[in-house]
Amino acid sequence: MASSARRSLSARRVAGLIRKEVRQVLRDPSNFVVALILPALLLFLFGYGVSFDPRHYDLGLVVEQPTPETGSFAASLNNSPFFDVEISRDRRVLEPKLVAGDLHAIIVLPANFAEEAYRRHSAPLQLIVDGSDPNTANLVEGYIELLWVNWLEQESISRGSAIASPPISIEHRVWFNAELASRNYLVPGSIAIILTLIGSLLTALVIAREWERGTMEALLATPINVAELLIGKLTPYFILGMGSTGLSALLAVIVFDVPLRGSFLVLFAVSAIYMLTSLGQGLLISTLTRNQLVAAQIAILSSFLPAFYFSNFVFELESMPTVLQWVSYAVPARYYVASLQTIFLAGDIPSVLIFNAAALSVIAAAFFIITLFRTRTRLD
Amino acid sequence: MLTRLFALIKKELLATARDRQTRFIVLIAPPFLLLIYVFAITQDVSNVAIGVVNQDQGRFSRDILERVVGSTRFRTVTYYETVESLGEAIDAQDVLVGVYFQADFSRRALRRQPANVQLLLDGRRSNAAQIVSGYFYRIMASYNLALLDEYGIVAPTTIVSRTWFNANATPLWSATPALFAVLASIVGFMVSALSIARERELGTFEQLLVSPLTPLEILVGKTVPSLMIAVGSSVVMLIFSVFVLGVPIRGDLLALFGSMIVFLLSIIGIGLFISSLVRTQQQAVIGLFIYMIPAVLLSGYATPVANMPVGLQWLTQTNPITHFIVICKAIFLKDAVSSDIWAHTWPLILIAIVTLSCGTWLFNRRRG
Repeated sequence: MASSARRSLSARRVAGLIRKEVRQVLRDPSNFVVALILPALLLFLFGYGVSFDPRHYDLGLVVEQPTPETGSFAASLNNSPFFDVEISRDRRVLEPKLVAGDLHAIIVLPANFAEEAYRRHSAPLQLIVDGSDPNTANLVEGYIELLWVNWLEQESISRGSAIASPPISIEHRVWFNAELASRNYLVPGSIAIILTLIGSLLTALVIAREWERGTMEALLATPINVAELLIGKLTPYFILGMGSTGLSALLAVIVFDVPLRGSFLVLFAVSAIYMLTSLGQGLLISTLTRNQLVAAQIAILSSFLPAFYFSNFVFELESMPTVLQWVSYAVPARYYVASLQTIFLAGDIPSVLIFNAAALSVIAAAFFIITLFRTRTRLD
Repeated sequence: MLTRLFALIKKELLATARDRQTRFIVLIAPPFLLLIYVFAITQDVSNVAIGVVNQDQGRFSRDILERVVGSTRFRTVTYYETVESLGEAIDAQDVLVGVYFQADFSRRALRRQPANVQLLLDGRRSNAAQIVSGYFYRIMASYNLALLDEYGIVAPTTIVSRTWFNANATPLWSATPALFAVLASIVGFMVSALSIARERELGTFEQLLVSPLTPLEILVGKTVPSLMIAVGSSVVMLIFSVFVLGVPIRGDLLALFGSMIVFLLSIIGIGLFISSLVRTQQQAVIGLFIYMIPAVLLSGYATPVANMPVGLQWLTQTNPITHFIVICKAIFLKDAVSSDIWAHTWPLILIAIVTLSCGTWLFNRRRG
């Protein structure tokens, strides 16, 4: 009789355990820090602080011999919204500033600039960029090359030898995020980080503590079975995570003006699947380690850092070495970040969402099956 | 007094050295993480998948596509029949950038009417999209120059471009100093923040308090070993950076060590502060996140400080990690003059004094 009672789920036992767990969560203020303050902090940081959108670049211009040509070139630099220009006659004045990081690049117009500018295969212009930030260096080079071609055209027009428009130009259309604000994809992406922290880190710590203190054995000695125990333990954190998702989505839309082109319903559905994956991971970590300090380290190494680095959230997976790209397929956050960015910026696109939700479900199932197996073998 | 202090320092070091897990986070994990994540944070956008719709059969679109395909930046070029199917490919994130030539493109270009190449970018990944459009601008700039030359309007000239400090613009070189600074701070923080919290949780903190050690001695006895461990861990990472990753250290090693010690002291000060504030290791770990996430994000590690709003730029001046990243880049890559390094070292000294004083103050208040 006892064994049949232990096999089926009992609503009463689960409810009792959930009540106990909720009380425990409510009593530790650090849970609120993770569930409320951390999400607000992350959203604030990604909404206001961290940005890939360049404002302006500080540029040094060395004019060795002022002529009308150097004057008009300096003017076209000054007119560009991208640059703050500092002009000097001597490159020795500007070079130390490049070393100190006060300038992003230096353009040198040599004394023979006016003659060289129109000579075939000449190199009238020297550009020195600070390579300690290669991305910025690359962008600055691109802007200046384009500006140079435009200036050459303008000059030839003013000398009366040219057509009135450049031969071919680029028309730029950005889908889903027309103003190209990095905020629009960083804010949705940070929801993935928040759920990872709640699901994996917090859960791993809490359950590892029960193992560490021996209260887990006490619970297992009661009539409750493993499945009931897992449901009871995880439900409060699941609710905490879904609450955080709702709060973050509201803040994203209301405070940070991030568009939500998909529906709340789909957002919650995908988030619920990710929350299960994350909880499954936290549970597995705590079951395997049974020690808070180790659980915290493993959770940080195996779930928080990968969610940050290998999910296309901030760092581009496509530009990483192939081995790391392969690793990223095992990172649940990868599928969730892709879903979040799609739901917020593109809408409910089934082809993206079904694949990602299926991948998440497979990973979640794997975590739970391993956990169930490990918990049984150790105690029966 | 010194004997007592030495005994405590020795005990702390032994406790760290004997614990397999602590040894792992302090000595093995940091170089390992450095190796993995340095490749992850290289923000160079290459291997981009692009989609093309070419309804134009003329020479101009062929020329441009030839230049695009020839670029090493783009991994795969997929051709689509219609703009709609290209749009679906962008929706499904199969391609990051779409290139579209209308049917009259070459005809217009030939008549020297304005001709447009349309670039369709996926704004869900605006950073990558912007960088890629930068590549396109460079390709178009050089093609336009070639055309203007062909028309006899402008002679082709080249810009001689030189990249200082990182001649091949290797992203790895610039990522390493920044990641080194962040990992060093995490080690310093973990060691100091968990030390007192663990003793409190295990109940051994009371034993320390009833020993003949004065509170100040306990504090120094916690700070010095934390510093020694963090410095040791940093040295392992430095050796790893130079010999495994091949990153140069061009500047003064002595200056690097000097500023590193001040930097680690300022981090340990914050660690001790949080360690005194919390009751359990779990809370200490949460404290670590609450401090480290904003500190790392606002340090210029992932995105340039210059992109931040002015108010936050001021705030980053109080962040030790910001200053140490600048120092590390200056010493690793630039062989910067000592006045440039000093400009970021004295703020670190001020920050260290403030954080260590706060740590001491809170430790004294909460030791009972």
